[in-house]
Amino acid sequence: MALIDTINPLLTTGWGKGDAGWSLKDYEARGGYAQLKRILTSKMSQDDLIAEVKKSVLRGRGGAGFPTGLKWSFMPKAAPEKYVVCNTDEGEPGTFKDRDLLRFDPHSTIEGMIIAGYAVGAKRGYNYIHGEIFEIYQRFEAALDEARAAGYLGENILGSEFSFDLFAHHGWGAYICGEETGLLESIEGKKGQPRFKPPFPANFGLYGKPTTINNTETFAAIPFILGMGGEAYLNLGKPNNGGTKLFSVSGHVNRPGNYEVPMGTPFAKLLEMAGGMRGGRKLKAVIPGGSSAPVLPADVMMDCTMDYDSIAKAGSMLGSGAVIVMDETVCMVKALERLSYFYYEESCGQCTPCREGTGWLYRVVHRIEHGQGRQEDLDLLNRVTDNMMGKTICALADAAAFPVRSFIKHFKSEFEYHVEHKKCLVDPEVQRAGSGFFRASSATEAA
Amino acid sequence: MDKQNDMLSPEAFRKIDREVAKYPAEQKQSAIMAALVIAQDEKGWLAQEVIAEVAGYLGMAPIAAYEVASFYNMYNLKPVGKYKLTVCTNLPCALSGGVHAADYVKEKLGIDFNETTADGKFTLKEGECMGACGDAPVMLVNDKRMCSFMLPEQIDALLAECK
Repeated sequence: MALIDTINPLLTTGWGKGDAGWSLKDYEARGGYAQLKRILTSKMSQDDLIAEVKKSVLRGRGGAGFPTGLKWSFMPKAAPEKYVVCNTDEGEPGTFKDRDLLRFDPHSTIEGMIIAGYAVGAKRGYNYIHGEIFEIYQRFEAALDEARAAGYLGENILGSEFSFDLFAHHGWGAYICGEETGLLESIEGKKGQPRFKPPFPANFGLYGKPTTINNTETFAAIPFILGMGGEAYLNLGKPNNGGTKLFSVSGHVNRPGNYEVPMGTPFAKLLEMAGGMRGGRKLKAVIPGGSSAPVLPADVMMDCTMDYDSIAKAGSMLGSGAVIVMDETVCMVKALERLSYFYYEESCGQCTPCREGTGWLYRVVHRIEHGQGRQEDLDLLNRVTDNMMGKTICALADAAAFPVRSFIKHFKSEFEYHVEHKKCLVDPEVQRAGSGFFRASSATEAA
Repeated sequence: MDKQNDMLSPEAFRKIDREVAKYPAEQKQSAIMAALVIAQDEKGWLAQEVIAEVAGYLGMAPIAAYEVASFYNMYNLKPVGKYKLTVCTNLPCALSGGVHAADYVKEKLGIDFNETTADGKFTLKEGECMGACGDAPVMLVNDKRMCSFMLPEQIDALLAECK
């Protein structure tokens, strides 16, 4: 399993026992479901509950960083049928936190979703789980059975007037279903092609009914926020960037894995927790928020703290908290070629600028990498991205464009070298050795 | 081997019923993704007739079910080997031996991506992000079983285990 370490454990409180600590009994021993009980016995008002979440300044952990309490407050009160949906379609290259959340502590997400159901007046919820982690989907279903048997799910929960049931739905290999409206289409049994917005899901969501959709980590944080109070949670992080966050660190570090740290933790500290650079090699570049986030050069990244505002100021996005670390052995053209292939492969095809544009991006980067680039290709790539960004139904086109623009912006000389010399600046043998089989340090395997 | 012509088993329909029960009564179509996986598990791959059978059971037009089967990339629309191995080569995995793992499997099996061994035992696929980048190299066996930290020794053990 991926290593975990933490400065301030909230979400990872229950991870210490690995695969042996996920059950309802363990979760209750850690204080689990106490917040749900408190809300139901005190008959807390929906407005007070949402106000507490707003106070925490919890921002959506899936990538967009939208304030969760505000999102919940958009749900129309009077609607008779509403839904709560969890987005565990975790397929953004570099992101692997939600898998571990559901693997080691599925009940925190379940409790968070039940509380969200109470807050927005929904009686039914779905957790959409990435098809590739089918074993985790099975574990989540087992956890749902436990929660149902204990009376946390179903009619009149714990003898209250509140009823809520929750089910798991799995994907089967389509990155686009991580886009919230594509995900809703997918639950409805269709191709996961995103919908026009507006209307937003709060008005027209699953089966056309008002729907609140949040990321797994967002829901999982809810019981902890209510346990400590919104303000205390906010103060763990920094203003406008409340709480702790899971960072999935991958690539050229000694200990890839998930790390939970307070928002605002220096990147240098996170890198140190992840064991530092592999083989003591030099940091070249970091993608700080999943493959869709613009890449940042080493010196810029080393000055960043891990929170929405600092990373945005540096010209990228905190996104899902997926930190992809690349050292000096990486050819940036080759790295971009692989990412561009991903977006080309995963474009759902309904918008022409994305369907065609992702193909153009991949083919042009491919020819540069393979020594067939032309002088005008860098301008061509930027022009293609101009014709994609903001011109499609969903953000996949932008997500495909950001890496291209940022790689060219920060590593232009490497692209120019490729065009001019028909080969990589970094020796291919050095590249291959730098990204070879890697046995993580013993701490990782023991974890 | 001509099991494509047989109907799905009663057991498969029992499993599909369990999926249908998760959704509102008038939304049976929501179970199509799970139902196609159940059918694929039984048949190995999804022939048009199988897709049509599942569609009929859920009250959908066959084309609507086929759209789903062709949109999501883990449905097998053609026969595959007994073991479908999918290796992630996306960037985070590629930085930690993902490409090396794929090359190693190719050499061991003597096939390239999207090929099946002559004995029909293995099909090799190149995968996109499986959401487990910290465990690189990562492989899936028949879509549902994830194998982490797949170095040559682990790959050898996996291939030996696949009888």
